[in-house]
Amino acid sequence: MACVPDIRVQAGDFALAAEVERMTAGRRDVGAVVTFTGLCRDEGGRLEALELEHYPGMAEAEIGRIAGEAAERWPLTGLTVIHRFGRIAPGDNIVLVVAAASHRRTAFEAADFLMDFLKSRAPFWKKEHAAGQAEQWVDATAKDQEDMQRWRR
Amino acid sequence: MKLVYFAWVRERIGQSEEEITLPPEVKTVAELLGWLAKRGDGYATALEHAEAIRVAVNHEHVDHTARLPGDGEIALFPPMTGG
Repeated sequence: MACVPDIRVQAGDFALAAEVERMTAGRRDVGAVVTFTGLCRDEGGRLEALELEHYPGMAEAEIGRIAGEAAERWPLTGLTVIHRFGRIAPGDNIVLVVAAASHRRTAFEAADFLMDFLKSRAPFWKKEHAAGQAEQWVDATAKDQEDMQRWRR
Repeated sequence: MKLVYFAWVRERIGQSEEEITLPPEVKTVAELLGWLAKRGDGYATALEHAEAIRVAVNHEHVDHTARLPGDGEIALFPPMTGG
């Protein structure tokens, strides 16, 4: 039976170790846990902060659809996706994916799939705040689209 | 019908949401974008490159050929940049 993904869209930070612990506590069937953490980078010192706008309701629904597809496609024992919104400073966390399975390949692939679809399908938009510059929306890239196409079948 | 806007679509239109009554000839997403673009300068600027605008109906992505629902929430926004 497919696992039920845990999806959270929140302003506050998350704790990686606690999320991994939650995935494995009391279980003996988990052989692999892959985590991906996306952080805000300073773009060579230029960036002061990112402002992440999101579409409340749809953000949770769309991440849920992507996670549900991953859970159908790979035999996961657990899947957690946490995406933050609001103002995020360089060095701070933006997104966390935790994929657990009996075997490593399954967990690696599911986490990779999740991130490729999150980038292009989850309704979030980044705006850059940089010193001495007007605020600027980040453009989506063709690479993001290509990354998603990799999983076609 | 409730329309909601995000990111630079919201900024260019100048509001985050509005209730509108659509004329009966506006039946698809593409027709909605064309109709909205004629509502004023902000709309025209926001929807200048209509093909780039992403649309969701009741929290689900749809393409521009999709028929509009009788009621609900339609969201217009730029390509997403989360993750």
